[in-house]
Amino acid sequence: MQRGHIVKRNMSDKVLTGVAFTALTVFVVIALFPLYNVMIISLAKYSDISKNALYIIPKSFDLNAYTYILREKKFINAFSVSLFVTVVGTVWNMLLSTLAAYSLSKKRLPGRMFFLGAIILTMYLSGGLIPYYLIVTSLGLNNSIFSMILPVSINTFYLIIMKNYFSTISPSLEESAKIDGAHDFVILVKIIIPISMPFMATFTLFYAADRWNEWWHALIFISDVNLQPLQIFLRQILILFSNNLSSMARLMMSKSSSPVYMQSVQMASVVVATVPIMLVYPFLQKYFVKGIMVGSLKE
Amino acid sequence: MHNQTILCIEVLEGVSSDMNEVDLLTKKGKYEKSSLWATIKYYRYFYLFLFIPLVYYVVFCYLPIYGATLAFKEFRYDKGIFNSPWVGFDNITRLLKDSDFLRAFANTLIISFSRIIICFPVAIILALLLNEINRSGIKKIYQTFLTIPHFFSWIVVAGIIINLLSENGTLNQIIRLLGGNSITPLTDPASFRWVLYFGQMWKESGWDSIIFLAALSGIDPELYAAASIDGANRLQSLRHITLTGIRSTIAIMLILAIGSSITSNFDAIFNLYNPSVYVTADVLGTYVYRQAFQGRADFSYAAAAGLFSSLASLILVFSANFIIKKAFKEEGII
Repeated sequence: MQRGHIVKRNMSDKVLTGVAFTALTVFVVIALFPLYNVMIISLAKYSDISKNALYIIPKSFDLNAYTYILREKKFINAFSVSLFVTVVGTVWNMLLSTLAAYSLSKKRLPGRMFFLGAIILTMYLSGGLIPYYLIVTSLGLNNSIFSMILPVSINTFYLIIMKNYFSTISPSLEESAKIDGAHDFVILVKIIIPISMPFMATFTLFYAADRWNEWWHALIFISDVNLQPLQIFLRQILILFSNNLSSMARLMMSKSSSPVYMQSVQMASVVVATVPIMLVYPFLQKYFVKGIMVGSLKE
Repeated sequence: MHNQTILCIEVLEGVSSDMNEVDLLTKKGKYEKSSLWATIKYYRYFYLFLFIPLVYYVVFCYLPIYGATLAFKEFRYDKGIFNSPWVGFDNITRLLKDSDFLRAFANTLIISFSRIIICFPVAIILALLLNEINRSGIKKIYQTFLTIPHFFSWIVVAGIIINLLSENGTLNQIIRLLGGNSITPLTDPASFRWVLYFGQMWKESGWDSIIFLAALSGIDPELYAAASIDGANRLQSLRHITLTGIRSTIAIMLILAIGSSITSNFDAIFNLYNPSVYVTADVLGTYVYRQAFQGRADFSYAAAAGLFSSLASLILVFSANFIIKKAFKEEGII
């Protein structure tokens, strides 16, 4: 009787795990389908998708849409703007965030609570779009590539998590160096950062993804076509053109030697814009899950 | 972006610590009491480290907060934001008579609330499901697939959604294949909001589930063993151990989701909407944008509308915090 009870419990456990697994698989399939769809359309031959029939099983492998995109001057320009913003912006972000987070992790620093309070308050209180726009403009950042870097120097949420992380590092590590007379900056660079590499990598990825995805600042501050980042180029291709798709498609076809369907070009540009993220992401995933946990759960 | 569980603890912690006398590390390797001035001198380089970050916050956060007074001024290009003449409540009274503004205000509240009610539980469910899976390889792969859309911009997500849902999109191809009539949710005011909710769900649920998964991993496994000996079934332990264990995380995440819901509408709606769905989709963020940058360029008027948006989200955070404190007997964030 007792034995039977336990066997039954194990059975119901297995059933429940099975149900959870199945449900999760359904979620994953739903999450993946749009990406799969993007992929196969970007690789489809014009003749395969122009008929307007359902295209779910890939029938062709055609790189025309990609060569079209990669040859487009506007794309190359936008890509280099985004690359610059991502590299310079991420370095700047990490420099300021690390310095601020490390300083604020010093529990005995006079004025610490005031600084922290003032910084956290900005997460809940903002002046709104218009004052922000006017102030950034008055600093001369209109039509400057730095309008995509300076106004977003620090992400307060990341800063707080980094600060929490630094305060978990045992002070004894710094103490011996301090007694030897090492400069605070040297301690940060030579001791703190090296033992925090996985954590630093996580936040570098977060910032890099944010800078790569930058579009809002470009939308309101940048009108010069040569300074538009990749996301704005994407917005023009994906959203603004999709309303008159047929005329665009004709234009594309006439410009290109072999016919390229507008939809394929759109999806190919999505792939090209997301590939950099997809490439680094799986390698850093294990770090950031841990990073978020360390930073947000204090106990 | 709104997993800010930490903040609460931050503000509470440390306030009590005595700022006048602080233990400092001396050259001998011992901690000794020091005066405030000596402490500041001891930490002087940290103030140097903090200098540029603090300048950033003053210039890009606090100046615009003061600049919000533009709502009570009449903006003149020659005088700038700080010297434009005051006009009292003129802009506000004009706003309250504008039916487009009132519509945007109502839409903001409806969309923000519905989005939370619909999307928030999905993240918890995903975390619970992921927590049930023991094989770490599959768990990791699934987590990758579920979280990666978080790193796409709303422009990319909007492009993917348009590709799926447009007149000749994949969804309509399937419907037509099954013999149905094509649908156009992106231009239909009644169904547009559902596009937003599902888009948000697709983009952020997996990411948001990480924080709940972290909370779940903090639950003592012995609790489950004890409950099982006492004869509790899986559903009972789910209710009494699992959900109770992550209750405070849920409470804090909920407050933060409510707080950011008003401002975070903009990206999704701006990239997906069109005039035919303004009735149900125009929110304060998009309304302010159009007032300032498309057509009239009426900065004071737009600033007044923006002020409403900021105030509304502040009021929402405080009331959510209050309700959760009272109703769930949980610690709030403020």
